[in-house]
Amino acid sequence: MGERLLLRGNEVIAEAAIRAGCECYFAYPITPQAELLEHMARHMPRLGRTFVQAESEIGAISMVYGAASTGVRTMTSSSSPGISLKQEGISYLAGSNLPAVIVNVVRGGPGLGNIAPSQCDYFQATKGGGHGDYRMIVLGPSTVPEAGELTILAFDLADKYRIPVMILADGLLGQMMEPVELPEPVDLESLPAKDWAATGAEGRDPNIILSFDLGPENLKQMNLVLQEKYREIVNNEVRYEESDSQDADIVIAAHGTIARIAKSVVRMARAEGIKLGLFRPITLWPYPYEPLRALADRVDTVLTVEMSAGQMWEDVRLAVAERAKTPFYGEMGGVVPTPLTILNEVRKHAN
Amino acid sequence: MPRGTVVIDAERCKGCGLCIAACPQKVLAFSGTLNKSGYNVAHMERPEACIGCAFCAMTCPDIAIEVYREKVPT
Amino acid sequence: MPTDIANMVKVFERPASLTGARFTYCPGCSHGVITRIIGQTLDELGIAERTIGLAPVGCSVFAYLWYKCDALQVAHGRASAVATGVKRARPESIVFSYQGDGDFASIGTAESIHAANRGENITVIFVNNQIYGMTGGELAPTTLVDQKTSTTPDGRDPTLFGYPIRFSEVIAQLDAPAYITRQALYDTKRINDTTAAIKKAFEYQVEGKGYSLVEILSTCPTNWRMTPLQSNEHVENVVTEVFPLGDLIDRG
Repeated sequence: MGERLLLRGNEVIAEAAIRAGCECYFAYPITPQAELLEHMARHMPRLGRTFVQAESEIGAISMVYGAASTGVRTMTSSSSPGISLKQEGISYLAGSNLPAVIVNVVRGGPGLGNIAPSQCDYFQATKGGGHGDYRMIVLGPSTVPEAGELTILAFDLADKYRIPVMILADGLLGQMMEPVELPEPVDLESLPAKDWAATGAEGRDPNIILSFDLGPENLKQMNLVLQEKYREIVNNEVRYEESDSQDADIVIAAHGTIARIAKSVVRMARAEGIKLGLFRPITLWPYPYEPLRALADRVDTVLTVEMSAGQMWEDVRLAVAERAKTPFYGEMGGVVPTPLTILNEVRKHAN
Repeated sequence: MPRGTVVIDAERCKGCGLCIAACPQKVLAFSGTLNKSGYNVAHMERPEACIGCAFCAMTCPDIAIEVYREKVPT
Repeated sequence: MPTDIANMVKVFERPASLTGARFTYCPGCSHGVITRIIGQTLDELGIAERTIGLAPVGCSVFAYLWYKCDALQVAHGRASAVATGVKRARPESIVFSYQGDGDFASIGTAESIHAANRGENITVIFVNNQIYGMTGGELAPTTLVDQKTSTTPDGRDPTLFGYPIRFSEVIAQLDAPAYITRQALYDTKRINDTTAAIKKAFEYQVEGKGYSLVEILSTCPTNWRMTPLQSNEHVENVVTEVFPLGDLIDRG
């Protein structure tokens, strides 16, 4: 395995992207993901790869569209307001079946909000922030090492399904330092060829990259192809973590940084006799509805905890389908709930 | 002056008339014949005057004109 | 007459780099001539097999159908940024974007200026017909003062809508671009000039000289409410007064 380093979440995502074979990175500065951009600025040119600080987030995602069209692994990163600007490009990537990785180190919103950690972009990420019937795979890392692992997975899934993949992190994860063991670089030659890419039509018919067809029946067919792909992803790529759930009366449903905090809460609750477990979706789309529903059959309460007004809560309630109680506790504006505040919520629902 | 001729793809012609105006020899004119799209297509009204200069083809927005020119003896 | 053809040589035909697809443009529209010139240039330079073309949004949205080369259909205004991504990823490819005035000089202002300022080694074909053709003849950034459009029914009032923007001159203020020129198509001399300009722009890219921009004053007979011939006369007599022809930068 690779070397062990002490790195920030933002740096780990950047370094993992490099090791995943990201050949072109385009972004515009924004807090709290600037370290990611700066890491790429230092390292990509030395490796003979492309780093462009774009004129805007729209410029950056459009450059990603161009690079992805030629078949190279490519990424952009930003934080909430910048991700809003990228929605046009994400819709085009999805519509044109292009693989790309987009990192959102989420901050407080709406509007300018602030630069503190938040999970308030869950709807935008998982329900389609741009126009049209499309989906993107959304991965929610909970620790710094996992941010690295999921970044590599993101590139693999993007290529496998020709789809944009988002890493949905938050400001806490981006800024936090943890020891990580970085993987060996991917051998680019080992990756499957992309015979659909626009690389120059020498010796073959032209490859055309587009999300457009004037004919309703044709565009419907293009949409059906997308929907079929999404079904395949739902069937094959759901990822989640369940812990301390075997004997649990209550489980916390949480993703990302909050799931990590919830692990401490589980220990604290169990120390005082509350049988608490944790359900953590790793793929926020496709959401692990079935596993959560099965779990809901065995517990009394699924308590959703989020740094939002209750965005993932909607998916939890869809999954649980009234098989258990589904209370909610959330914080907004960049307030990070402490283990104790979450424990107090748990106590309210313990028998 | 070498002699020339043009071949107009009547189905590509949209009857815009730019070739007619561009011809220095006043060879071309509207034929009065409509193509399948309903356009009044251009044709050679005075073929004997054509010098194969290709001005018509350069001007044609639909690449509907091919131009031929007499081989000049060397 | 064609009976003589056997004794003649073909001196003008459809460029080999173009497909046989029929253009979707209105009668007399300049887009077809520009497309033909680009095809001829790809032929002459022998670069079609390594060219990647970018089709915009608007009447030329189907541009990906015209060329026998790889192509991308891209979002309105973003072609210069997308071209940046393509060229950086595949520096050996020849990349051109085909953009209208609304695309290049309005919604894509930031992308257009910054691709030029980075000196991206790409070729931009900037079709300036002073109007939004496909959406129904609305005001463009380049619409002339007093020109009637569907959103300036009484003519462009500069106190409300500003003046036509000479976008190539704006970009010509930058240090990076290699070649910036404005051409027209209203007679065969200008068509020859445009042909030479487009060829030079692609040659500069092949030679790695950097960013090139060919603005072409074009016609929109349908939305101008003019015949194709009147449209050409309008470009010659009126439009060139606002948008003068010629090279703005040539650092080759």
